[in-house]
Amino acid sequence: MEPAAAKLIGAGIACIALAGAGVGIGTIFGNYLAGALRNPAAAPAQFPNLLLGFALAEATGLFGLVVALILLFVI
Amino acid sequence: MAAEEAASGAAHHGGGLAIDPMHQFRIETIFPIHIGGVDASFTNSALWMIIAAGLITLLTVVGMGKRSLVPGRLQSVAELSYEFVANMLRDNVGDAGKRFFPLVFTIFMFVLFTNMLGMVPYSFTVTSHIIVTFALASFIFLGVTFVGFAVHGWHYFGLIVPKGVPAVMLPLLVVIELISYLTRPISLSVRLFANMMAGHTMLKVFAGFVIAMGWYGGFLPLAFMVAFTGLEILVAFLQAYVFAILTCIYLNDALHMH
Repeated sequence: MEPAAAKLIGAGIACIALAGAGVGIGTIFGNYLAGALRNPAAAPAQFPNLLLGFALAEATGLFGLVVALILLFVI
Repeated sequence: MAAEEAASGAAHHGGGLAIDPMHQFRIETIFPIHIGGVDASFTNSALWMIIAAGLITLLTVVGMGKRSLVPGRLQSVAELSYEFVANMLRDNVGDAGKRFFPLVFTIFMFVLFTNMLGMVPYSFTVTSHIIVTFALASFIFLGVTFVGFAVHGWHYFGLIVPKGVPAVMLPLLVVIELISYLTRPISLSVRLFANMMAGHTMLKVFAGFVIAMGWYGGFLPLAFMVAFTGLEILVAFLQAYVFAILTCIYLNDALHMH
């Protein structure tokens, strides 16, 4: 296989990491919404935790994206 | 991938003008300084760091200059940012964290302002370079570790020994905890850097689509761009918040150890 083609395929495969980030963000917001509907009074206090969890989950997916960008532009 | 598609698409339609979404991250020397073979030139990165620091100083010094009982607009913003960081520190670290307020406030405001200044068109996003975020994160890591050893002495090594675990599992868990402790600066810096770089690259890739799709089709990616810009402003704030709150959590670990 040509190295250039392998690079592009590798970058594409690395982007699969974003699926995990999608699952994580969905779980966080879904569970927050479910909890907030059950007990709306307790919901605002947990909003910072929601944002923190969102950012942490999103970041793991972006690690995969960084690998893809390194494959594309650095190597 | 998407980036090259945009570039080749632009080249195909526009003829010659290739759009490089990575061009925005290029470091340009404004005036060269060489000290003993070390390149310490004043770059656009340094310029935007100075602008951010200047704006923060302006906000806090001018904002709190009058100290009126009923705050004006600028004073409200200065007080709000103070309250925000003070509450974050109180919730996560407790009263022992009050000494570290200047550190956390500086880190939060610097990351927030550099992120937000990066959203201004034709500006430079300082935090989209891993060396900047890694320097910040390793400074935090070393400082927090130093605080931990200063407060607890050799007992600080107890942080990597989880409590209430069967002794058989301990050798494995200690290694895992040690690795997770040592990778803190990497995860902290890569999180901020990756979010900023990915967001800005995505915006420029879609900007390439606008040009590539021409006068009629270009409005669709343009609408996406407007939405993404809103999302990016949210992310810029969120990442500064996460950076500061993780600093608080690490400080809490160092001061109270579980």
